[in-house]
Amino acid sequence: MSEAHRTSMGVDNRKMAFWAFIGSECLLFGSLIATYLVYKGRSLVGPYPHEILNIPFTSFSTFDLLMSSLAMVLALAAVQRGDMKQGKLWLLVTALLGLVFLGGQFWEFSHFYHEGLGLTTNLFGSTFYVLTGTHGAHVTVGVIWLLTLWIQALRGKLGPQNALTVEITGLYWHFVDVVWIVIFTVVYLIQ
Amino acid sequence: MSEQTGSHASTATYLRIAAILVMITLIEVGVFYVPTFQAVLVPLLLVLSAVKFALVVMFYMHLKFDNRFFAFLFGGPLLLALVVVISLLLIFYGAVRLRTGV
Repeated sequence: MSEAHRTSMGVDNRKMAFWAFIGSECLLFGSLIATYLVYKGRSLVGPYPHEILNIPFTSFSTFDLLMSSLAMVLALAAVQRGDMKQGKLWLLVTALLGLVFLGGQFWEFSHFYHEGLGLTTNLFGSTFYVLTGTHGAHVTVGVIWLLTLWIQALRGKLGPQNALTVEITGLYWHFVDVVWIVIFTVVYLIQ
Repeated sequence: MSEQTGSHASTATYLRIAAILVMITLIEVGVFYVPTFQAVLVPLLLVLSAVKFALVVMFYMHLKFDNRFFAFLFGGPLLLALVVVISLLLIFYGAVRLRTGV
């Protein structure tokens, strides 16, 4: 570890800062999930969750995001051992799986809108779109980040010497995954 | 500038964790559709979700192998977020109960 990046605690300051950022993100999503739960079942008009949520489709999205997390750790492991061919492949696979998830969310939102559920239709619509939309925005940032790393790798500017950069990207991506694990249970399965 | 990272799990471990995560997701969706589990559905789903959450954080985010200070940086706010969620639910439903008397 470079002296310039080491804290007095012996940990890398970028990694420490990123864990602190993830901690603050826990509070952001915690408040959004709390708001969703507080207003759950309080909509005066439909569509209601049980009428509109598609569990098989969302289960596929969950599977997709879990597999993207696997691809991310495989990308990091490849970069750490200097196998950049595999590293590039798994970074691209992770980004593509993220894009599949975003495509699914776009389809889901469009479908719900055509079914009559807008942002201001009822309390369910407002809390659902804000919670899942904020998560989707995080996935979008993650996909852009991953594609940036992939392009850097293609240009030969990413190697085992940048393993920590890939690890921090991975921390962000896995956090997005764990947030979805909670959303899938709280919003979709517990109706 | 070289960047060193901590010791992590093996590829075989990552694949095993992925298989467990997929199995738990299948169980979650399965119990959702089986009427027998309706009585215990909420606690069961919360436990299964917590197991998935812990597996990703421990093995994919390497918290199990990394500096314990990172666990504190993550666990502290996570605990606070949980307290916020539970407190808001208690306050809101407590207020509803007071207003309606039910």
